[in-house]
Amino acid sequence: MMSGAAFLNISAIFALGVLTISFLLVVVRVVKGPSLPDRILALDMLVAVAIGFIAVLGVRSGFTLYVDIAIALGLVGFLATVAFARFVMSGGIDVKQEEAEEDRL
Amino acid sequence: MIDGAADYLAGALIIVGALFALVASVGLLRLPDLYTRMHAASKAGTVGSCLMLIALAVHIGEPATALRALAGVVFFLLTAPISAHLLAKAAYSAGYRMWEGAVSDDLAETAAVAKKNGAIGTEG
Repeated sequence: MMSGAAFLNISAIFALGVLTISFLLVVVRVVKGPSLPDRILALDMLVAVAIGFIAVLGVRSGFTLYVDIAIALGLVGFLATVAFARFVMSGGIDVKQEEAEEDRL
Repeated sequence: MIDGAADYLAGALIIVGALFALVASVGLLRLPDLYTRMHAASKAGTVGSCLMLIALAVHIGEPATALRALAGVVFFLLTAPISAHLLAKAAYSAGYRMWEGAVSDDLAETAAVAKKNGAIGTEG
């Protein structure tokens, strides 16, 4: 039976590995697209994964300032998604043209 | 003994949160269209980062910082559905279609009724 600190250390390392894999998967979605809202959604998810990274790093280092960084990052991510959504709603790019480009690729 | 229990709880929360984030990103990659991907990203993704913030609150332990972490959790739980709903509505009204296997489109009917009453497009 391992001690609590050792278990926490191992689980933090495991979580950092899993978060790295999920970060790379989301980056694949950002690159593939295929449409603008897909990329906006993937960027939103990237912010969520980054908040997870910050929380795990805060647990590993015991540095309490990471909590404020996570909250600030969440606020920025939310505002970015809202701004992008309003851009899409106001007819930012031509959907038909985007689908045609998607078919051609 | 109390410290050991808090460490075990924080470790378990970190592992579960990281696995939720992994499930969300796999769903984001595998699901067929924007509206189904939104299920994965905005539900599982939010739960993942919230669980890891709760683990941070449990691990740090002092009330002021733990309370700030929990306030962050509440904030994410409030904003995730708002941004997902706004993005879905924007994408739908901009004309992005669902995939071919979709079986139900209730918003099309609602939009038709609203258009007849002259109510669409006034909120954007």
